[in-house]
Amino acid sequence: MSTAIAETNTGISNAKLGIWSFLASEIMLFGGLISAYVILRSGSAHMVMPPRSMMGVPLATFNTFALITSSVTMVLALAAIQEGNIEKFKRWILCTIGGGVIFLAVKAYEYQHKWHEGITLSSNLFGSFYYTLTGLHVIHVIGGLGLMTYIFVAGSRGRFTPDSHDRVECAGLYWHFVDLVWVILFPILYLL
Amino acid sequence: MTDAHAHGGAHAHGHGEPQGFIWKYVFSVDHKVIGIQYLITSLLFLLIGFTMMLLMRWQLAVPTPADDFDPEKLGMIRSLLNWIFPESMPFGFMDPVFYNQLGAMHGTIMIFLGVVPLGVAAFGNYVMPLQIGAPDMAFPRLNMMSYWTYLVGGIVIMSSFLADGGAPQSGWTSYAPLSVVAPAGQTYWLIGMVIIITSSLFGAINFIVTTLNMRAKGLTLGRMPVFCWAQLVTAVLLLLAFPVLEAGAILQLLDRVAGTSFYIPKDMIYGATVFPRAGGGSPILWQHLFWFLAHPEVYVLLLPAMGIVAEIIATNTRKPLFGYKELVGSMIVIGILSFVVWAHHMFLSGMRTSLANLFVTTTMTISIPSVAVLTCLLLSLRGGTIRYNTPMLFALAFLPMFGIGGLTGLPLGFAPTDMHLHDTYYVIGHFHYVVAPGSLIALLGGTYYWYPKMFGRKMNETLGKVHFWMTVIPMNFVFFPMLIQGMYGMQRRLATPTDQWHNLPVQGWSMMIGIAAAVLMVGQLPFLFNFVWSLKNGEKVGENPWNATTLEWACPSPPPHGNFAKEPEVFRGPYEYSVPGHKTDYWPQDEAA
Repeated sequence: MSTAIAETNTGISNAKLGIWSFLASEIMLFGGLISAYVILRSGSAHMVMPPRSMMGVPLATFNTFALITSSVTMVLALAAIQEGNIEKFKRWILCTIGGGVIFLAVKAYEYQHKWHEGITLSSNLFGSFYYTLTGLHVIHVIGGLGLMTYIFVAGSRGRFTPDSHDRVECAGLYWHFVDLVWVILFPILYLL
Repeated sequence: MTDAHAHGGAHAHGHGEPQGFIWKYVFSVDHKVIGIQYLITSLLFLLIGFTMMLLMRWQLAVPTPADDFDPEKLGMIRSLLNWIFPESMPFGFMDPVFYNQLGAMHGTIMIFLGVVPLGVAAFGNYVMPLQIGAPDMAFPRLNMMSYWTYLVGGIVIMSSFLADGGAPQSGWTSYAPLSVVAPAGQTYWLIGMVIIITSSLFGAINFIVTTLNMRAKGLTLGRMPVFCWAQLVTAVLLLLAFPVLEAGAILQLLDRVAGTSFYIPKDMIYGATVFPRAGGGSPILWQHLFWFLAHPEVYVLLLPAMGIVAEIIATNTRKPLFGYKELVGSMIVIGILSFVVWAHHMFLSGMRTSLANLFVTTTMTISIPSVAVLTCLLLSLRGGTIRYNTPMLFALAFLPMFGIGGLTGLPLGFAPTDMHLHDTYYVIGHFHYVVAPGSLIALLGGTYYWYPKMFGRKMNETLGKVHFWMTVIPMNFVFFPMLIQGMYGMQRRLATPTDQWHNLPVQGWSMMIGIAAAVLMVGQLPFLFNFVWSLKNGEKVGENPWNATTLEWACPSPPPHGNFAKEPEVFRGPYEYSVPGHKTDYWPQDEAA
C-alpha cells in the first residue's frame, strides 16, 4: 500500500477535493431550506413567531458554544496528529464527540420542551421550519459523530501519522461545516 | 470516504485472486462495468417511458368513440388495451387519471431514469476516465454505490404504480398544492427522487474530482477532450442544483405526511371545506425550488450530448474541431447562466413585470453560448473529409434538430409570447425537439461510436443506417405538429383534447403524431436487435477502429481492469487530425513526437 501522498493534478488530495465538493452540495441543500424560511418569514403574513421567552435563548446560546467548542477541539486534535501525538489526538477527538453529544442532548430537551409548549411540526409555519431545519442539522450532527467515532478508532490503531492523516482533515472540514450551519441557524431561528 | 492513493499504476494490475461473479459484475467498482450497467438500465427505462407515451398517443389520436362505435365489436388494438388495462382503459379509452399518471411517469422516467443516466452516468463513467488516461474514477466504491442507488430509486419510482391510488399524477413537475393532496403514489415519487438525487450527487463528486485530479501526465485542461469538459460542467450543475430540489422535496414530503403547510396557503379550500392545516405557506415556493434544479437539469440533458457530437464530428471529419476554446468557454458560460434563468418556467405564476424582464434577459443571453456551440460544431464540418458512418449520421442530425429545438425556445423565453404558448403543445414540441431529436439522437450516436470500445466489436452498419432514418424522420413527424397544435392553443395534459372545441381543427395532427410514434417505436427494433446481435457477431476491432486521436482509443477494446498498461503520457491536443507533414491523417495524443 502506497504511503506517498497522492500526486494529483491540482495538488489537493482526491478525498479533500471530494469533501469540498460534497460540502458545496450541502451548502445548496441548507441554503435552499434557509432561503425558503427567509422568504416566507419576510413575505408571509402567517408566519407567526413565538415569543422570545418560549424560545429558550440562553440554553440555545450555551448549545451554540458547545458546538463551537467542539470545532475548536477538532482543530486541536488535528494539530495533535500533525505532531504525531496519538494520546493528545484521542483526548481531543473525545472532547469533540463530547461536545456533539452535549449538543444533541440539549436539542432533545429543547424539542421535547417546545413540543409540550405547543410549538410542533405542524402547529404553524415557524414550528414546521424550526423542526425541519434543526432536524436536518441534527441528522448531520449524528452522521458527524459516527464519522468522529471512526476517526477515533482508526487513529487509536495508528492509522494516521504526521505524513498521512488526510481523513482527519476531511472529517474536520465536515465537522466545521456542521458547526457553520448551526451558527447561521441559531440567529435566524432564535435571535432575529 | 475512500482511498486518497496515487493512481499512477496502483490499480493497473488488478486484485490478487480471481473475483467471483458477484463482485466482478454485479457489485463491480470498475468504471467500465458500471458504465455498461448504467447503459443497459437507462436504455430499458427509455423503452419503458416510450411505451407509456405510445399508450398516451393512442388516446390522443382517437380520444372519443367514433359515430359508428360498437362496444361489442372493438377493433384489435382497443380490445387488446381493454384486456390489459380493464379499469384504466375501458373499451380502449383512457381514464383521465391514468392519462395523468402516465404523463407524470413518462416525464420522470425519461429525464431522471433515462436520458441523464445515459448521457452522464453511462457514457461519462465509461469514457471519461479513458479519455483522461486514468485507471478508474477517483472513488470507485462510491461509483458502485451511485449505480445501485439509482437502480433502487428507479424501482421505488416504478413501484408507485402499485401504490394505493396508483402512480403520481401531478406532472413530473409535481406542483403544489395538487401534489400535496394527491394519492400515495406522489410520496413514492418524492422518496424515489431523494434516492435518485443521492445517486447523482455521488456521481457528480466523483466526476469533478476525477476530471480535476486524475488526468495523465501532459493532459492539461487545455488538452482535455470537449466531452470531458462537458461532463465536468454537467457534474457541477448536478452538484449545486439538485440539493435545492432535494430541499423542496423534503418540504413536500413533510406537507404530505406530517401535516406541515410549507406549500399550503392559509384557509385553502379543498373540495367543499377549508383544508385543515395551519397554512401560511406558498405554492409558488415549490415552483421556485423545483425549477431552480429543473432548469440546470435541461443543460444536464444537453451538455453531454453536445460533447458526444463534438467527439464524433472531430473523428469523422479528419480535422480539428473549430473553436475548441470557444466550445469549452461556451459550455462553461451555459453552466453558469443556467442558474439564473429558472423563472422563465414561471412567467404565468403572477410575477411582476420587472422580475419577468430580468429572467427574459438572462434567458435570451443564455441562447448566445448555445448558438456558439452549435456554430462551432457546424463550422467543424467545413473542409473536412466526412465519413458518413452511423455515429456520424446521428451526430450530423443533432445539429439541425437541436437548431429547431433551440429556436422554438425563443418565443417561450420571451414573456409576452410565452403568455400565449405556456402550457400548450408548443412547449411540448420545443422541449422534445431539444431532448429527443436533439440529445437522444446524439446519445444514440455515442452508442454506435463507443460500442466497439466497450465490446470489442462494431455494430452492424446497415442496421444502424436503417435505425437512423427510422428514428430521425418519424421524430420530426411526431414533434413538429405539436408546435402547430400549440400555436393553435391546444393545452397540455389533457386526456381528451376534443372536449375543448377549439382543439378540434388540430385534432387531425394527433392522428399523424400517433402513427409516426408507432413507426418510431418500430424503428428502434433494428437498434435493439443490433445491440444484442453484435455482441457476438459484430466485426471484431482492435484498439482504434475509428483511427481517432483521443486516449480512449489507445488501449485494448475492451480495456482491461486498470485500462492502460502504463500511465499514458500526452504530447498534444485532442484533435490533431490531418496535421501537415504527418504520415497519417491522425496523430494520437499519446504518441511521442
